[in-house]
Amino acid sequence: MPDASTILQQNAHVAGGGTTAGTTRRRAPVTGEGPVARAVLIGVAIAFLSLFLLLPLVVVFVEALRAGAGAYVAALTEPDAVAAIQLTLMVAAIAVPLNLVFGVAAAWAVAKFEFPGKSFLVSLIDLPFSVSPVVAGLVYVLLFGAQGLFGGWMRENGVEIIFAVPGIVLATVFVTFPFIARELIPLMEEQGTGDEEVAMTLGASGLQTFWRVTLPNIRFALLYGVLLCNARAMGEFGAVAVVSGKIRGYTTTMPLHVEILYNEYNSVAAFAVASVLALLALVTLVAKVFLESRYSDELAARSH
Amino acid sequence: MAFSFRRKSAIPGFGLALGYTIAYLGLIVLLPLAALVLRAAEVGPSGLYTLVTDPRVLGALRTSFGLALLAAATNAVFGMIVAWVLVRYRFPGRGLVDAAVDLPFALPTAVAGIALAALYAPNGWIGSLFEPYGIKIAFTPLGIYIALVFIGLPFIVRTVQPVIAECDREIEEASATLGANRWQTVFRVVLPPLTPALLTGFALAFARGVGEYGSIIFIAGNIPYISEIAPLLIVIKLEEYDYAGATAIATVMLVVAFAILLAINLVQAWSRRRLGHA
Amino acid sequence: MRISIRNIVKAFEGGLGRPALNGVSLDIRSGELVALLGPSGSGKTTLLRVIAGLEVAQSGTLLFGDEDASDMSVQERKVGFVFQHYALFRHLTVADNIAFGLNVRDRATRPPPAEIRRRVDDLLELVQLASYGKRYPAQLSGGQRQRVALARALAVEPRVLLLDEPFGALDAQVRRDLRRWLRDIHHRTGHTTVFVTHDQEEALELADRVAVLSGGKVEQVGTPDEIYDTPASPFVYRFVGESGSVPVEFRDGRMWLGKYALPIPTDFESSQAGDLFLRPQDVEIVEREAPDAVAARIVGLRRSGATRRAEISIGGVSGPIETVALPQAVLSVGEEVGVRIRKGQFFPRA
Repeated sequence: MPDASTILQQNAHVAGGGTTAGTTRRRAPVTGEGPVARAVLIGVAIAFLSLFLLLPLVVVFVEALRAGAGAYVAALTEPDAVAAIQLTLMVAAIAVPLNLVFGVAAAWAVAKFEFPGKSFLVSLIDLPFSVSPVVAGLVYVLLFGAQGLFGGWMRENGVEIIFAVPGIVLATVFVTFPFIARELIPLMEEQGTGDEEVAMTLGASGLQTFWRVTLPNIRFALLYGVLLCNARAMGEFGAVAVVSGKIRGYTTTMPLHVEILYNEYNSVAAFAVASVLALLALVTLVAKVFLESRYSDELAARSH
Repeated sequence: MAFSFRRKSAIPGFGLALGYTIAYLGLIVLLPLAALVLRAAEVGPSGLYTLVTDPRVLGALRTSFGLALLAAATNAVFGMIVAWVLVRYRFPGRGLVDAAVDLPFALPTAVAGIALAALYAPNGWIGSLFEPYGIKIAFTPLGIYIALVFIGLPFIVRTVQPVIAECDREIEEASATLGANRWQTVFRVVLPPLTPALLTGFALAFARGVGEYGSIIFIAGNIPYISEIAPLLIVIKLEEYDYAGATAIATVMLVVAFAILLAINLVQAWSRRRLGHA
Repeated sequence: MRISIRNIVKAFEGGLGRPALNGVSLDIRSGELVALLGPSGSGKTTLLRVIAGLEVAQSGTLLFGDEDASDMSVQERKVGFVFQHYALFRHLTVADNIAFGLNVRDRATRPPPAEIRRRVDDLLELVQLASYGKRYPAQLSGGQRQRVALARALAVEPRVLLLDEPFGALDAQVRRDLRRWLRDIHHRTGHTTVFVTHDQEEALELADRVAVLSGGKVEQVGTPDEIYDTPASPFVYRFVGESGSVPVEFRDGRMWLGKYALPIPTDFESSQAGDLFLRPQDVEIVEREAPDAVAARIVGLRRSGATRRAEISIGGVSGPIETVALPQAVLSVGEEVGVRIRKGQFFPRA
């Protein structure tokens, strides 16, 4: 141990020497690592991320375009693919607004009020994050499946949930359940109730206060939560796989379509559809960076 | 202290917001989970025990838990380095690296799964590098490990990163003025307060890894007793209409998920008490 | 340990304009308690950090005794540094915080565990926290944390004790108690001590000598009496106490404020113009017809603790100047009075 640290320090001293013109002052590493250690750490971090994160992303696009643009376009315009894209968009269009309303309501209750059992409630909201997507699908099968709790009643009334679109929507809502609430709760807790109280003393009604004061304060976090929720809703695989029944052209979302194609050894088509989902992920990340910069400006502006 | 639900605040909407939250939570999350608990109760403790101790089930649970633990440990080390580098250093491309960390959150698991399978297959970009040495990655437990590292990384980075950012530089200066070298400062002063965050991130990555399905099944090979994960076995049991078997495995996984959640809460409560912050 | 600071220049990277320290020289005698006093941005904290080795100066030398410390690392300098916000290690107990500097020594110089324990106990005793060893910093009040920080700095037997705004984050009562207590500790331990403050009252009350800094330069070094009674510049005069000034000139060997000759002996021969700087106690309210009285008008009255203060405007030429008003005198705002200026300090106009 002492040896390694001495070397570290010596390196720092040697490399830090003579940084300022006309003097020879070494720079002691008081709160930072020496340049060598720094370069090594940055190198390790970048190598690790490239290997584990960037390479898989790159390979999706390379494999998708392996057979040329024609095959790529064909894979995306084929009827089953179009049906999968439509279903995916529809599922997200239902699941995201549902969880948006819930997220705002939950954050309002948790962040603006004190009540017993609050931290327990927050734990319950986070619960779907810790449940395996496959288990999320399973619980709906146990509830609405042919042998499920409500299975008999549903058969009698001709309601289909499992192996049908409603089941896919429900499973998606379950796995994306906490996303928006989770973005909003910490932010709204930090913002407190001051702004709302001011608005109310100025004569605003409850609804006006929400629309004109609260919502503008949380818009970037809200948008970010919606983005994340949407990305997960469109990309969910495990939960949807369990409840969908994988009827081609009817109950296959894009990720399920990818699986089917891949298992049929139709690699180019599988990666072509996958590349659309990867693009969605990239758009989400870019939007995230943009929103975070806006949102940190906003946070900084508030604290001054 | 006596709590009451009497409105103490001038802000409206408490009843509506909380009522809606609880109703929606109950309908979407709690009721379905209750169905699982009910089903497990029907099977009964001894029935569950028999089902779970089936060698194939045990093998799948061992694979899922063991590899998730290993992957979370790997991520604890590298995630820590990534978080440190992102907070402490300024270098070209830092913003890009920071954004890339969230990729596993944003990329659908099935896409990650086929991409990793393609990369690590014996003829893939990385798999072909190891093939000559007789090392197979895809279609072995090693492949599952790779997928779990991919999936778990952001959990560690994103829980540790804000805590490193909050670290006061004065603490490190104080350590230096007391004679500690950089090595000692890092290991005795900087890292210990990060432990709660690191544990939390580790637990989150582990929980996610245990339940992970989409990114694994393409690269795993799915050989019973060897590279078959517990979530896949649930799917297989369901396809065989073996609801009791599926329920048994799901129950074990749910119990572990609850235990992890509880552990995270305990760590955070302890850290708040001890260190005076979350 | 004597400390000699010679022509230290320190500019921060990317810092615009003048350097934070622009050729600072200062001698600190062994065992002395010295205050670095100045407004924010004067360079006082930077100077303290340069002495500690937390900042590296571009040029100049720093001697610890006869040893050149300019190129020593922080660790080699063996200073005790108390940070403004204490910088306690929150994951360690109070006792472990204090023992930290001993525990990180290499095996050859590290005292045995029993000896470390004994030293920690002694220091806890010294800072009056004998029963707090097992607590964590989060469980202490601000004043207690400050004392732990001091004990931790003393544990390494530093060559010099450096304190950055040691009472800055505490409320008024705790500040006063700790100030007296620090003075006491300094007497007992005899460490060469340098502390930074922006509070002139604190500097004058506590320090053996005070160095007043402004704009990266030392304006004046001296005992509290010298600093307060004979400030070297208008800046120092204004900074170390309440003050006002009136324009004066010299004619016929006397000092004139407008048409009034002031009863202040002068050595000035020339007919130089400048300002006479006054403290509240230098100006006495008297009858308008009293000898040497200068016509003035009361523009404000207020109570300040045991005394009453009057704000006056003298001869229509000065801004409001504070004076001490006798409690029994009946005064009202707008009243025309006389004032007698008994002393003051003249600074020629640049």
